[in-house]
Amino acid sequence: MSANQTAISYLIASVLFILALKGLSHPSSARRGNLFGIIGMALAIGTTFTITRRIDIALGMMALGGAIGLIVAKRVQMTQMPELVAAMHSLVGMAAVLIACAVVSDPLSFGLESPIPMGNRIELFIGTFVGAITFSGSIIAFGKLAGLGKYGRIFSSAPVTFAGQQLVNLTLALIIVGCGVVFVGADSAVQWPPFLGMAGIAFLLGVLVIIPIGGADMPVVISMLNSYSGWAAAGIGFSLNNSLLIIAGSLVGSSGAILSYIMCRAMNRSFFSVVLGGFGGAEGNTSADVAQRAVKSGSPDDVAFLLGNAESVIIVPGYGLAVGRAQHAVKELVEKLTARGVTVRYAIHPVAGRMPGHMNVLLAEAEVPYDQVLEMEDINSDFTSTDVAFVLGANDVVNPLAEQPGSPIFGMPILEAHKARAVLVNKRSMAAGYAGIDNPLFYMDRTMMVFGDAKKVVESIVKALE
Amino acid sequence: MTELVDPTITNITIFVLAIFVGYHVVWNVTPALHTPLMSVTNAISSVVIVGAILASGPGTIGLGAMLGAIAVGLAAINTFGGFMVSQRMLEMFKKKEAKGKQ
Repeated sequence: MSANQTAISYLIASVLFILALKGLSHPSSARRGNLFGIIGMALAIGTTFTITRRIDIALGMMALGGAIGLIVAKRVQMTQMPELVAAMHSLVGMAAVLIACAVVSDPLSFGLESPIPMGNRIELFIGTFVGAITFSGSIIAFGKLAGLGKYGRIFSSAPVTFAGQQLVNLTLALIIVGCGVVFVGADSAVQWPPFLGMAGIAFLLGVLVIIPIGGADMPVVISMLNSYSGWAAAGIGFSLNNSLLIIAGSLVGSSGAILSYIMCRAMNRSFFSVVLGGFGGAEGNTSADVAQRAVKSGSPDDVAFLLGNAESVIIVPGYGLAVGRAQHAVKELVEKLTARGVTVRYAIHPVAGRMPGHMNVLLAEAEVPYDQVLEMEDINSDFTSTDVAFVLGANDVVNPLAEQPGSPIFGMPILEAHKARAVLVNKRSMAAGYAGIDNPLFYMDRTMMVFGDAKKVVESIVKALE
Repeated sequence: MTELVDPTITNITIFVLAIFVGYHVVWNVTPALHTPLMSVTNAISSVVIVGAILASGPGTIGLGAMLGAIAVGLAAINTFGGFMVSQRMLEMFKKKEAKGKQ
């Protein structure tokens, strides 16, 4: 293909990628969107094959990588999606670093001049830096999400902090800038030391920026790394003067940035406080007065009685539900209640899972119809007119302390379960949530606690309803 | 007037416009599909495979070609795995729709 034909093909592929994202605006158009994405990618790869000199190696490696990808994608559990996505971000980051190294070693095969012009050098340097941080940061995030804490403290889901952490990070960043200045001005003969030095330090920096971030903030981290992987791709696009990579990379980069923003807003945290790490525990405890009070607890039979006689029920699922693999049992319970004429809906908090939209996928997997599943803004005003709010494995996202000035979570948007006429809460124990603070919802007169494993409790409720 | 625009400027033009497109398209994505959004964008970012294929394909086999070949393999995991897992998730959102119509 001529250069112009290639550019047109890449343009069509870019448009298909935009349509892929556009399709996700509704579940009914989402599969078509994904198909557009696949066609766009096939077009991009096919076009590239026509302009390169040999394709046998690339085809072989694609078959190998593709087979691994397909096997993993088929086998992965939906609860493991955050780990999978983190692992995949790291691959994009590493690929970007390797491509940048290949460009430095052999610019002619990319149609660049040798020695590489200064503008492309700056772009290469930035692309490599972002790619390296994406790679090592995602590895740490993967470790934290997969619970690899027992294999090394750096994978611990608790924040890992040490004295002078910010100073170390700043120093490393300054060294990287120094390497950049040397690399951009260097001859081909001496360009490798500053380039590789920067890549090595960027790998280290990726580790250092993710370790202080705690498990509760994972939805932000994973969105942030999603964004980085896009910018890394765009950076490579700049260095190769390839518009497709720039467009696709920017789409992904802005998508990840928006998701990070949405997650931060849902937790009422500033992006910087998440990135600087460490959350919960030590702050002033405004709930001391409620901590002394006793809770009212009931049996699954009591719950079944309340639910069976209600007219409207809202279920608030939390990650505890998914961990207990209770989604299917809940769906069965909802079917039983619906058969009795009870209106049942689900209320989803944006951070109900461990990544954006995670709870929706987990419920979809249990074949819960998506029109029963409502987002926080759409359902919050309905709690006051609801007979029973049934909180399953959620804690911080229904904590009314968020409405009380002075509380550590003040200002965090919550599901207003406490406004329902009656509140049922299933928890394993009275342990505090991620935020490490008590929840006055549990001590309300209208609240009944049902302790135990979510799946077993829900199954007993279903039995009691029969 | 015959002076050519520096490719970097053209790239920045594309970059800025693409960010705007991304911003508007992504805000329209329903929150229920944020996880599939992440896996689809993940698959899309594996478009770096284009750069990897170019790196792996010069006439001669050298360091660049070897690094490129590894990059093709890594990116391909994402390309195939990312779209596949997205498809799997989106199928789950379909089943209910089909049932509802019955």
